[in-house]
Amino acid sequence: MKNINDSKSVRRPLVADHIKSLPKSGIRAFFDLVNTMDDVISLGVGEPDFTTPWTIRETGIFSLEKGHTSYTSNLGTIALRREVCRYVRQNYNVEYSPENECIITIGVSEALDIAMRALLNPGDEVIYTEPCFVSYPAEVRMAHGVPVPVETYVDDAFALDPARLREKITPRSRVLLLNFPCNPTGAVMSREKLLEVAEIAIENDLVVITDEIYSELLYEGEHVSIASLPGMRERTIFLHGFSKAFAMTGWRVGYACGPHEIIDAMMKVHQYAIMCASTTSQEAALEALRNGEKSMLEMRESYRERRNLMVSGFNRIGLDCLLPKGAFYTFPSIRSTGLSSTEFAEKLLKAERVAVVPGPAFGACGEGFVRCCYASSVEDILEAIERIDRFVKSLKK
Amino acid sequence: MKEEKILQLLNENARMSLAEMALRAEMAENEAEAAIQSLEKSGVIRGYKPILNEAELGENKVKALIEVRVTPRREGGFDQVAQRIARYPEVTDLFLVSGSFDLLLTVEGNSLNEVASFVSAKLSTIEGVLSTSTAFLLKKYKESGRIMQNDEEYKRLKICP
Ligand SMILES: Cc1ncc(COP(=O)(O)O)c(C=O)c1O
Repeated sequence: MKNINDSKSVRRPLVADHIKSLPKSGIRAFFDLVNTMDDVISLGVGEPDFTTPWTIRETGIFSLEKGHTSYTSNLGTIALRREVCRYVRQNYNVEYSPENECIITIGVSEALDIAMRALLNPGDEVIYTEPCFVSYPAEVRMAHGVPVPVETYVDDAFALDPARLREKITPRSRVLLLNFPCNPTGAVMSREKLLEVAEIAIENDLVVITDEIYSELLYEGEHVSIASLPGMRERTIFLHGFSKAFAMTGWRVGYACGPHEIIDAMMKVHQYAIMCASTTSQEAALEALRNGEKSMLEMRESYRERRNLMVSGFNRIGLDCLLPKGAFYTFPSIRSTGLSSTEFAEKLLKAERVAVVPGPAFGACGEGFVRCCYASSVEDILEAIERIDRFVKSLKK
Repeated sequence: MKEEKILQLLNENARMSLAEMALRAEMAENEAEAAIQSLEKSGVIRGYKPILNEAELGENKVKALIEVRVTPRREGGFDQVAQRIARYPEVTDLFLVSGSFDLLLTVEGNSLNEVASFVSAKLSTIEGVLSTSTAFLLKKYKESGRIMQNDEEYKRLKICP
């Protein structure tokens, strides 16, 4: 009898080609190493160091106490969708209907995924800025699209240069994915530049996905959503969530707003793959929008202070660092050390037990930089700067 | 504005180093120091003290919250009585409040007896004091924004995208 578990009986690849070819993040080994080490000062996180404000947590608890433990409608509770649409109208100047132009998702992560799956035909190109959030190119590939990075540079304060965007456009260009304020650079876009980008999107009939998850965490100037610019609402998917501004990463809740036709398509994917976002988290998120603003502003003020502290620290010790206008990351240049970003991060970790994320984790053009998150205690930031100073000096000897 | 920031930082941690305070308030160290001195001089800042969890000290001091009803004086209103009461070192805090009584004070002593006799022999005999109601403190949960119970340590990921 032939054993059906015999390896010889498996003749085809076990894993789909487009998944097999997905790069496992090159710094995975580095991440694993950091997570096993003790007494590391980590500037490597990508989430708030605050616990979710109590009024939000308490609402989640109360929701469970009341026994709200069943599914919600696929789009999410109507109460939350109404509140989201109000919030988006007030803060981003775009009007969406809670009935059919808004969907509650499992964070921006899911919203990105279902947006890609709803929009892309195999081979369609998605242009996105690099350095960027690590999931972007993978999300595109998983939806059988082709990721096309457009690099951003320190000389432009990592804003997207419309001329460079133009160069990337081909007949297969379908989507433009933007993230400002940006992870990992903290970059923002001026209204003028955004208007130019919008014009290019309209000219080339691109759909824009705008991930504005860090938009509350802006320390100077005004936040402009591309969705609010003339002619853009009808071709833009606005993604946002609660993870960063309301310190709710573990709740896994976010949303997408957009034209009815697109939200409807995203809803199909969501309905079959997800059903609905967590009921508890949706009720807590509603409280965040209703009563969370004061806490959010306090957290922002605290980030602003720590941003200034970290940036002045890096510049003081000779690592050039822009003052990022948003998010909670700094992106200092480590070129002056003569090391590659990965060497820098590995050596720093070993020598001084400080963890930073090498820039190339966010795209090839991140080489020469490292990402440092300032959602860390003031003491840790000051101590980390001191250790990095010692490390950089030791290289010069 | 600057003083406001300094006060916010002192409120967070009155023992913060001048260096840290200057960095966070975005001013020079001597500027920060001058701001603190001026706040102290003008009497905005009356002192600094630690926030204690006496339970962990194993201290047996007794504290009570005392509600006091008084008849206001013709001239001086509540102030005269209040200031009289405030001079007793046993009284650690004293407020004029709205509601069904007038003054709310905290009193500290080494034993139940000590506090009780302060109330009966001193406080209630002061002219203008009509009545007192004493609540002995049994357990402290929170003071000055700090929760006394230690939460279990919660570990976040050290590194994530
Ligand atoms: C730019 C960006 N988009 C999306 C996410 C994921 O957010 P969520 O927790 O809402 O899935 C992150 C998280 O790091 C991010 O940095």
